[in-house]
Amino acid sequence: MLKQCEGSHAVAATVALCRPEVICAYPISPQTHIVEGLSEMVRDGTLQHCEFINVESEFAAMSVAIGASAAGARSYTATASQGLLFMAEAVWNASGLGLPIVMTLANRSIGAPINIWNDHTDAMSMRDAGWLQLFAENNQEAADLHIQAFRLAEELSLPIMVCMDGFILTHAYEGVDIPTQEQVDAYLPPYEPRQVLDPREPVSIGAMVGPEAFTEVRYLAHAKQMQALDRIPQLAAEFRQQFGRDSGGLIRTYRLEDAQTVVVALGSVLGTIKDTIDDLREAGHKIGVLGITSFRPFPTAAIGDAVSHVERVVVVEKCFAVGVGGIVSRDVRTAMREHPHPIYAVVAGLGGRAITKASLRQLFLSAMADELEALTFLDLDHQAVNRELERERLTRRSGPIAENLLRDLGVVAARVG
Amino acid sequence: MFQVRIHGRGGQGCVTGAEMLSIAAFLEGKHAQAFPSFGSERTGAPVVAFCRISDREIRLREPIMQPDGLIIQDPTLLHQVDVFSGLVPDGFVLINSKKNFDDLGISERFGGWHHARLCTVPATEIAMEHIGRPLPNAILLAGFAAMSGAVSLESVHAAIKDKFSGKIAAGNIAAASAAYDYVKKEKEDYDRAEAM
Repeated sequence: MLKQCEGSHAVAATVALCRPEVICAYPISPQTHIVEGLSEMVRDGTLQHCEFINVESEFAAMSVAIGASAAGARSYTATASQGLLFMAEAVWNASGLGLPIVMTLANRSIGAPINIWNDHTDAMSMRDAGWLQLFAENNQEAADLHIQAFRLAEELSLPIMVCMDGFILTHAYEGVDIPTQEQVDAYLPPYEPRQVLDPREPVSIGAMVGPEAFTEVRYLAHAKQMQALDRIPQLAAEFRQQFGRDSGGLIRTYRLEDAQTVVVALGSVLGTIKDTIDDLREAGHKIGVLGITSFRPFPTAAIGDAVSHVERVVVVEKCFAVGVGGIVSRDVRTAMREHPHPIYAVVAGLGGRAITKASLRQLFLSAMADELEALTFLDLDHQAVNRELERERLTRRSGPIAENLLRDLGVVAARVG
Repeated sequence: MFQVRIHGRGGQGCVTGAEMLSIAAFLEGKHAQAFPSFGSERTGAPVVAFCRISDREIRLREPIMQPDGLIIQDPTLLHQVDVFSGLVPDGFVLINSKKNFDDLGISERFGGWHHARLCTVPATEIAMEHIGRPLPNAILLAGFAAMSGAVSLESVHAAIKDKFSGKIAAGNIAAASAAYDYVKKEKEDYDRAEAM
């Protein structure tokens, strides 16, 4: 039923329809409303046959999810930001052991400086941890991706992170079609584990593996993610057939047919980018969009095919690798080995800085004129940066950078934009 | 697209107000999007929430920088935050106050505006009378509906029932009706004065 509700509420309601059997919860903004919603549904009996476990940390949340999944239970948790870092060791264990846990990541920056707002740094910190990572563009897709994620994770026996932009999606009210239990049951069969701790047929899980087989075990994880490159579009097609809407898939293109310039991005910023592209199209510019839904596995071939006819690529990413530059753009570059066009990496929206149509429009006009640097920081306050560099040049004990910048800018409260 | 920005203080229900406006618009078959300013809000600190209403799917995720309408839940914000920033010419402004724009000393900013687009309503007093607590959000929403026609009073009532139940819902609904009538009359008085 189509409902005007908060993104977190839509995700909680949809996860409940996936019949999770164990939910491990530890609160951290902006994810908290999701597990709160699920806890209410367990308590009032809406969600039955599910154990809701309050744990003492994120490390415990993932560890309990690992135990529950190994015991054959469909397991779910959610986290964000420092919470993901705190569970990092267990995150790698979940994928290394091949346990199909589904976790919502309400994307948020990582400190210091402490910042509760949205960017993709948390997801990127675990991009090579062996989990599949799916990014939602809006709340409908965030809800839908969970249904697909449980099915895919369990087919492959690999864990999946469903990434949705913290606050921008989790705290946004918009219309979301919450499916019926019958619809979800028809799409998502009961969990049939590949490996299970069962006293009737005892096995051990988690052997120490030496040089004789470590490479092979790791390679098999890669091979499974490569299989997912075929399964993800199939599952999205089946989803469309049963639910009547497009959600998921590897990539999604918009006005790309005759585009000379393509903008690549992940997550909710795609909406603002599409609106900007509509305006530029109206002014006669041949520009289109490519949204990456599956960041892991990375759809190298699909992206390579989709951008084969363009002249330049602009990657707008809410993250960056300090000391190198873009993260998403480096992966996109590998997809374009056969097409040596310019790729512009644009770092935007860090720590919740608003990505506005006005800034994007200016950015895309510069890109189309090939006036961009290889690496650009959108709306960076160069003057504030230079003043701090000058302070550091003049004084040895220049003090803490974050505090210096706040004092310099005279910030007393977050701005409207 | 019709864009509304709500300024309030933590604890006044600023975010809930934006959410209720989105629910009211949704119930009228519109696309609607409400979201907070994503701050670490503390009780009493300035808070902003946003609502977009459109006949088409809303994809835009930037904060509302050029609002068509403003709801100001606490008049003391006028001296602390640039609440009118980006307001479109002749946009709707509703302030929670017993005073009018002249007495608030802000009329100068609105030269050329239709007077009926600059209303005030004593929302806190109405809230104390009907709800018993100084919660002006639903009241201001109803006042804004009367002033702008963005949504109907019935939809505001339905949105209140979606968010609250029992005595709180009933109190808010009664207060919303009172505010709707108050602002409707205020707007008609201004319209009449302007026509003369």
